[in-house]
Amino acid sequence: MIQFLLNRAGQSALVLFVMSFAIYGLIGLMPGDPIDLMITADPKITAADAAHLRELYGLDKPVTERYGNWLAAAVSGDLGYSRLHAKPVLQVMGPALANTATLLGLSFSLALLIALPLGVLAAARARSKLDYGINMLAFAGISVPPFWLALMLIIVFAVIFGVLPAGGTAAAAGADGFWESARYLVLPVASLTIASIGGHTRYMRASMIEALRQDYIRTARAKGLSESRVVLGHALRNALIPVVTVIALDFGYLFSGALITETIFSFPGMGKLIFDSIMGNDFNLALVALLFATALTLACNFLADIAYAALDRRITLTELAE
Amino acid sequence: MSAPAFTAATPRALVWQRFKRHDLAVASGVILMIFAALALAAPVVESLLGADANAADLFNRFQPPSAAHPLGTDELGRDLLLRLLYGGRVSLFVGLVAAVFAALIGTIVGLAAGYLGGRLDAVLMRITDGVISLPLLPLLIVLAAIDLEKLGLPTAIAESESISLYRIVVIVALAGWTTVARLVRASALSLKQRSFVDAALAQGAGSIRIMMVHILPNLASPIIVATTLAAGNIILLESVLSFLGLGIQPPLPSWGNLLTNAQELIWEAPALAFYPGMAIFITVIAFNFLGDGLQDALDPRAIGKGRR
Repeated sequence: MIQFLLNRAGQSALVLFVMSFAIYGLIGLMPGDPIDLMITADPKITAADAAHLRELYGLDKPVTERYGNWLAAAVSGDLGYSRLHAKPVLQVMGPALANTATLLGLSFSLALLIALPLGVLAAARARSKLDYGINMLAFAGISVPPFWLALMLIIVFAVIFGVLPAGGTAAAAGADGFWESARYLVLPVASLTIASIGGHTRYMRASMIEALRQDYIRTARAKGLSESRVVLGHALRNALIPVVTVIALDFGYLFSGALITETIFSFPGMGKLIFDSIMGNDFNLALVALLFATALTLACNFLADIAYAALDRRITLTELAE
Repeated sequence: MSAPAFTAATPRALVWQRFKRHDLAVASGVILMIFAALALAAPVVESLLGADANAADLFNRFQPPSAAHPLGTDELGRDLLLRLLYGGRVSLFVGLVAAVFAALIGTIVGLAAGYLGGRLDAVLMRITDGVISLPLLPLLIVLAAIDLEKLGLPTAIAESESISLYRIVVIVALAGWTTVARLVRASALSLKQRSFVDAALAQGAGSIRIMMVHILPNLASPIIVATTLAAGNIILLESVLSFLGLGIQPPLPSWGNLLTNAQELIWEAPALAFYPGMAIFITVIAFNFLGDGLQDALDPRAIGKGRR
């Protein structure tokens, strides 16, 4: 068990290391490095000055050497300053993280509360009209462009009925109080929830149908248990195991959804922060925020592996490691 | 002599029979063909309407639907229907080309991992899992934002008008190959055990020959299904990136970048945001239904594995 955990943790650390180098290199290829920005700000800078500045900041060195320096500084706790916010990177990320945690937490729980019962219902009544209807909804959910869904919600609830704000936060609008803050969360949470329901429902249905085919279900029915005991008592517990794993593996997908939702609703979370920092040449912030998102996703995958092994006693960890 | 009435059905006829039972998949196939035909016929529609898709007409901004402009006009007075058709050309082209590209990468990776196995399999599948688990959209945004000149591309190419088209094809294909790789690997693993592979080995065939001649033709079904499903996802991804201003660059229209302006104009002209999104939605759901129907028709025993 410990061997397996160490292996997986090592793999995750390796992926994170590779990604940190890849992201560092890619960000160096984006238009407008710090010297370019200085040149646009001050037309009197000559080509010789620019070359001198590049040397001064170490930008003429090969990318591996610059990455090494960055890594050494990062490990010692110096993640640099954000150009857009003129603050240390971590201070900028703190509030954004809290906002994203609220948004993701709410929509994730809501999506599960809606999707899992729908999936179970569809599987229990497989090939009925109800199953067909739920399946259609799930297909619509995975096919709808998330940003367009958000725009349609804005049109209906903000433009036509005017009952909800089209974006931003209560604090930014100068209002406070729990209900006022909640009003600003309704549309972002709703669009992210709807975007996740389709996939979750399909996983739950597929897993439940598989579970209902097993021999122990036939035994349970033969014992004369009621259909609800069979479905909820016997099949559901086993069907949930793969679903938990798949949903945990979906964190990266959820995070991508958060980026779209936050950008459209001007919601100050991690997704919008990453987008704005990339667009605004804020390299330090973009790099750290991207790496943080990657690390979080890898951590979720790691947890999914452990959960899968812990929940399903039939799977030994040596098997999983292969 | 007339043929007996109960001729044994060929495998192809059986597939067609199973496919026909899926009303939604058949309807989706028809809708996709209509969309493709309309997009190809955009210049014809243009001359029929007597309008120019790119001609601004500032006296006729935000017109409601009329005979001259069936869907009305946009913020520059351009005909929305024509913009939509030309956008469809770009979006469908990107979706199909990138899906084929992604299928090619996925097939090579999946075939090598599944048939050659061992260390190579472990490494390739770790990489695939890694790509699947990453927060893709933020990383793709970085890829879309990099300066091609710094990659060493000549300025003339890096700044040409259609570069955004090729760049987005490469970027979304890089994100879309994983589903194909997994499905192909799973099928290759089971095909490897079949006796025709042993027979080929006994005749002295090498790995490459067995993979290309004996395994690959049997992988047609999973590859077709995975490519169809990937096309839907890829069109979604392209529309998101173009919407964020990182994919197809205006004046070249795509369904995604038509929505970029629509958000700013949402209070003045909410209708502008409706049609491009609806076009994406219908196209993607049609690809998903089609893929689902094809899966049941081509491989009736498999139950929804590796699907999103």
